[in-house]
Amino acid sequence: MPEYRKIHGLGAEFPTAAALFHAAEKTRDKGFKRWDVHSPFPIHGMDQAMGLGKSWLSAVVLLGGLTGLFTAVVLEGYPSLIEYPVVVHGKPVTWATVPAFFPIFFELTILFSAFSAVGALLVFNQLPKWYHPLFNWERFTRVTDDGFFLVIEARDPKFSEASTRQFLEEIGGMHVTLVHD
Amino acid sequence: MSAATIEPPPGPNVERVPLILNERRLSWVTDRISGIVEDRTPFWWWVAFLVTSPIALIGLFCIGYQISTGVGVWGENIPVGWAWDITNFVFWIGIGHAGTLISAILFLTRQRWRTSINRASEAMTLFAVICAGIFPGIHVGRFWMAWFLAPVPNQYGIWPNFRSPLLWDVFAVSTYFTVSVLFWYTGLVPDLATLRDRATSRVRKFFYGLFALGWRGSNRQWRHYEMAYLLLAGLSTPLVLSVHSVVSFDFATSVVPGWHTTIFPPYFVAGAIFGGFAMVLTILLPARAIYKLHDVITPQHVDKMCKIILLTGSIVGYAYSMEFFIAWYGGNAFEKAAFLNRAFGPYKLYYWTMISCNVLSPQIFWFKYCRHNVFIVYFVCMCVNAGMWFERFVIIVTSLAQDFLPSAWHVYHPTWVEIWTFVGTFGIFLSLFLIFMRYLPMIAMSEVKIVSPFADPHHHPPGAQEETHH
Repeated sequence: MPEYRKIHGLGAEFPTAAALFHAAEKTRDKGFKRWDVHSPFPIHGMDQAMGLGKSWLSAVVLLGGLTGLFTAVVLEGYPSLIEYPVVVHGKPVTWATVPAFFPIFFELTILFSAFSAVGALLVFNQLPKWYHPLFNWERFTRVTDDGFFLVIEARDPKFSEASTRQFLEEIGGMHVTLVHD
Repeated sequence: MSAATIEPPPGPNVERVPLILNERRLSWVTDRISGIVEDRTPFWWWVAFLVTSPIALIGLFCIGYQISTGVGVWGENIPVGWAWDITNFVFWIGIGHAGTLISAILFLTRQRWRTSINRASEAMTLFAVICAGIFPGIHVGRFWMAWFLAPVPNQYGIWPNFRSPLLWDVFAVSTYFTVSVLFWYTGLVPDLATLRDRATSRVRKFFYGLFALGWRGSNRQWRHYEMAYLLLAGLSTPLVLSVHSVVSFDFATSVVPGWHTTIFPPYFVAGAIFGGFAMVLTILLPARAIYKLHDVITPQHVDKMCKIILLTGSIVGYAYSMEFFIAWYGGNAFEKAAFLNRAFGPYKLYYWTMISCNVLSPQIFWFKYCRHNVFIVYFVCMCVNAGMWFERFVIIVTSLAQDFLPSAWHVYHPTWVEIWTFVGTFGIFLSLFLIFMRYLPMIAMSEVKIVSPFADPHHHPPGAQEETHH
């Protein structure tokens, strides 16, 4: 790898989910901010170990659901009650027949919520992102198999190549590697 | 008394059977499941595909023939305006429900055994809904008018009737399909990344990489991913219950004797899950045998699915008897006649086939031996698959064939076009499933790894250095 390329950060590999979990706790306590752990599956309790709070993706989904409900109200209400009211199967155009509109209210609420869940997932995770510096690290391909990695980014204010490398080795990191952009 | 002297209360030994047998390591899961996709296409696959794809083509030919000639090539005629077409629609859409139950409801109820079977079941859902979606489109006769189903005004400025269950059905089924695709794809992304990272050819790397979206398995990603997955499960759960309820409203809101009953929504949902689980086992048992996945899909998994079949089959049996009871207790002469005709009329053979397949055959699952013998399980699943088709036929056709006016009574028989359209949908379903098995991981690797002891952040494999941290 050419030396003039920008440094993305320092990565270390850990043997097990448990080792990565403890390493994350120590990294959190050390006060690093721009870092992440990578694993083949979500590790239970890792959010607390990293000092992360609740994901607010749920708020986006709530808004999406409300949008869906509103869309259904307009979509059904405007033609059926205002533009072209038709009395069919004995259901007059009054508030008493509103329950017959509920199934579509419900379906569109679900549809819009699901789209906002997936859309927010992509936006929050900055996906799709087909290029990432970590893909330059050969060992990193094991992250989707059985590899556990911890990466501290160079833009972290506490980052320094020598001391961060030492820290990663102290907490049990193996194959500590400088990852370039 | 210090805390150290308190003994744990003596309890029954509740050590659980592990969900992955033989203490397989994480990389074993990856290798085994990715290997299915990466190895050379096996000979049996080509044989199977060369059987199913011509059947699919015959089905497509029948659909083309029906559209180009007219709906008269089918045997249905007034008063039997709905017959095999809607039977097949309800049959296929019901099968899909087991996939959503496994992926969503069992997820919310923290049934960790679902991870071995959810991917294949979700795929089954999608393919079943595709097969189901064919029939409402073509049964209108003038296929080019199918856009009348959409919520847009026609050429006279008249909108579809939003208060009709048929339009609810359009919304329910299309939402169901879309949300199922989103849920399935969200679950696939980490596994596609696995295939991307293992890919050896440029073509594979490009396509798996493209659809893996650059997934890196970072915890900042997993955090949102888990929330999105939880919410999609939470959304799919009421959705799946609503879809078959809405399908049942197509019948229940009419005034036809035998259809006009309030028990339909729960009865249809239970029947859908019942038939769907039978189809899951029908597909997964051969797949497990071919790919030797017994360590991931264990006897425990089959046992639990059999218990669900037993439960839902008994609910269905209860619904059958309750319908009869209400027909008598309700005192409506037409209702009573409709049910007597079902059991003893021209379609009695269909009715008693339905009863024996759906109510009687699953009862042998009370015995553990039967739940653990794959041949018995497979036989019962085949009975249930057939029985659930007969159930829909019995509900739809017997009520229509003998309606209010005896002079209009008409016994319906299908033509070859209807039969081969239905057989063709099996070809479509199985061909799609074979393609899925060939190109996508059949088992959700990242989820199976979660239930492995190696995923536990407090698990220290024997021999590893013991840590003293908290």
